[in-house]
Amino acid sequence: MKTKLQQFKESYFLYSFRRDMVAMASFVVLVFFLVIAFAAPWISPMDPYDSANIDIMNSEIPPMWMDGGSMEFPLGTDNQGRDMLSTMFYGLRTSIIIGLGAVAIQAAIGIVLGLMAGYLGGKTDAILMRLADIQFSFPYLMVAIFMSAIFQVVFGAGSFEQLAIPLLTIIIGLSNWPMFARTIRASVMGEKNKEYVEAARVIGLPQRIIMFRHILPNALTSVMVISTIQVANAVMSEAALSFLGLGMPVTKPSLGSLIRSGQEFFFSGSWWITVLPGLWLVLFVLVINLLGDWLRDVLNPKLYKG
Amino acid sequence: MTTNHTPLLRVQDVVKHFDISGGFLDQLRFKGGIHLEKTTVKAVNNVSLFVNKGETLSVVGESGCGKSTLARVILGLYRPNAGKIFYDGQRIDTLTHEQWLPYRRKMQMIFQDPYASLNPRKTVRQTLEEPLRFHNPKMTSQEAMDKVAYVMEQVGVDPAWIARHPHEFSGGQRQRISIARGLILDPDFIVADEPVSALDVSIQAQILNLLMDLREKHDLTYLFITHDLSVVHHISSRVAVLYLGTLCELASANDLFNEPRHPYTRALLSAIPKIGEKKAKHIKLKGEVPTPVHLPSGCVFHNRCVFARDRCKKEFPRLNELPNGSFVSCHGVEEGWPMA
Repeated sequence: MKTKLQQFKESYFLYSFRRDMVAMASFVVLVFFLVIAFAAPWISPMDPYDSANIDIMNSEIPPMWMDGGSMEFPLGTDNQGRDMLSTMFYGLRTSIIIGLGAVAIQAAIGIVLGLMAGYLGGKTDAILMRLADIQFSFPYLMVAIFMSAIFQVVFGAGSFEQLAIPLLTIIIGLSNWPMFARTIRASVMGEKNKEYVEAARVIGLPQRIIMFRHILPNALTSVMVISTIQVANAVMSEAALSFLGLGMPVTKPSLGSLIRSGQEFFFSGSWWITVLPGLWLVLFVLVINLLGDWLRDVLNPKLYKG
Repeated sequence: MTTNHTPLLRVQDVVKHFDISGGFLDQLRFKGGIHLEKTTVKAVNNVSLFVNKGETLSVVGESGCGKSTLARVILGLYRPNAGKIFYDGQRIDTLTHEQWLPYRRKMQMIFQDPYASLNPRKTVRQTLEEPLRFHNPKMTSQEAMDKVAYVMEQVGVDPAWIARHPHEFSGGQRQRISIARGLILDPDFIVADEPVSALDVSIQAQILNLLMDLREKHDLTYLFITHDLSVVHHISSRVAVLYLGTLCELASANDLFNEPRHPYTRALLSAIPKIGEKKAKHIKLKGEVPTPVHLPSGCVFHNRCVFARDRCKKEFPRLNELPNGSFVSCHGVEEGWPMA
């Protein structure tokens, strides 16, 4: 008997990973990002969310390699005097939390509905897929505007600051579930006519068990691929919402709200407030997408199983 | 169809049609006014047969003649459009999922393709334990393990391989595991849907012998679906011949092979190559098998039958019992037309 670790060492998955320079590099960068994001409170020079640390006199200091820059703020400060480096670490953290949370919500809704639509077929399928079409035809920005408007009426504008992260997670999560539902449905429809499903029915297993224990594990490869790409999409959505002022508040900036707060000062010469978090975001989304591409190629059985 | 004892399984006038007409717009027709037209595949039409306890009934026919559909209707995977199915005297085609459960233990199925019939994500142990645990919730894991090991030995798979996944086995071994799954609940009745046709010829004999040994040991009754006539004679007590979803002839294996009555059966049997035969007496049928979407009128075989007369085009022949106990549905046999 081989152990799981040995199996993994000999797997095609690892083999193709080690041969693909792009995937390896992306993975290293991604791990670097994740470590930074989750270690942000310990490694950043200051806590940008604590207003006691912020001195307005320090605002718009350029990065240290430029005239007027100082070692105290290696990447300069924003318009409120926050250290850019620390704010970018914290912003990345917020973006990742919202991205992962949103994908978890999307996956939970999408997998359940997609499985039901694909396996039960007929009217259930028709209703669920039309629901997905309707959901898709709403731009998520419009949903976000509605929801934050409703939210502010119900809870009052003051509490928005504390609840911005869960709210954004839910908005982005709810608006993208049809992607998962459609992908899952397609793979379930391919699996459900295989004989092992009929064998499970002959045993007398209930539909619920057949769907979740027999069909779902065989449809999960497509979920893995789409999840990685959806994390990148969710991070982008969060940045877009924050950029429009519908996302994270200025006191707790994510990368998107940082870019937004900088664009007012862009033409007065303080380019770093916008450009640095922008590059940071682009690099993060890029490595996720590159890894997702590689994963799609590896998990595509047609490419190696013949 | 009358029998003087209760057969284990009785299928009575079962009809299964599949609607393939699609949505509303696909059904719309404009010929002769606007109306909706449904397109159905008539997979099984008025099939009646019975299986006695302890026998092996083979169902033979060309591909697409409804053999597999019949098997799935019998096991409740499809609901029949009409007709009745009795198991041990109890009607089973109208049962709900929960009412079916006791019969699931008694009726099991072996599938055609051993590469598709085992869940690729489950180990042999998981595949074999699942039915046991589901039907015997109180079973301890030691009991379940013992039972799995016992059945694996029975089908000739080393119990040491219990933790492996299906892709680590060859086709023949997979089919043995698939048979083990069919046996693990100690069923009385097994439907085998072309269990050897996806295997190498060298393995086919092994699997067939295994199935026959298991029948002896466990007192099983088989409904054996196949298109391979050469194996039918060896393994079956009786044979049912299907053509276009209709039963042509149901007779004991010896009667059928020595003296086929229905014109289709004769043509089918004449296609078996025999060793040492100088001149092939192959009966050549004209035309193609019609599609099951548009069945021919009357006897479904009439447009290819060399003996067909006017009555065959108009009237669907009933299944008649002959003095030797065979059943044939043919006007010619019924009226004694000269058929040589």
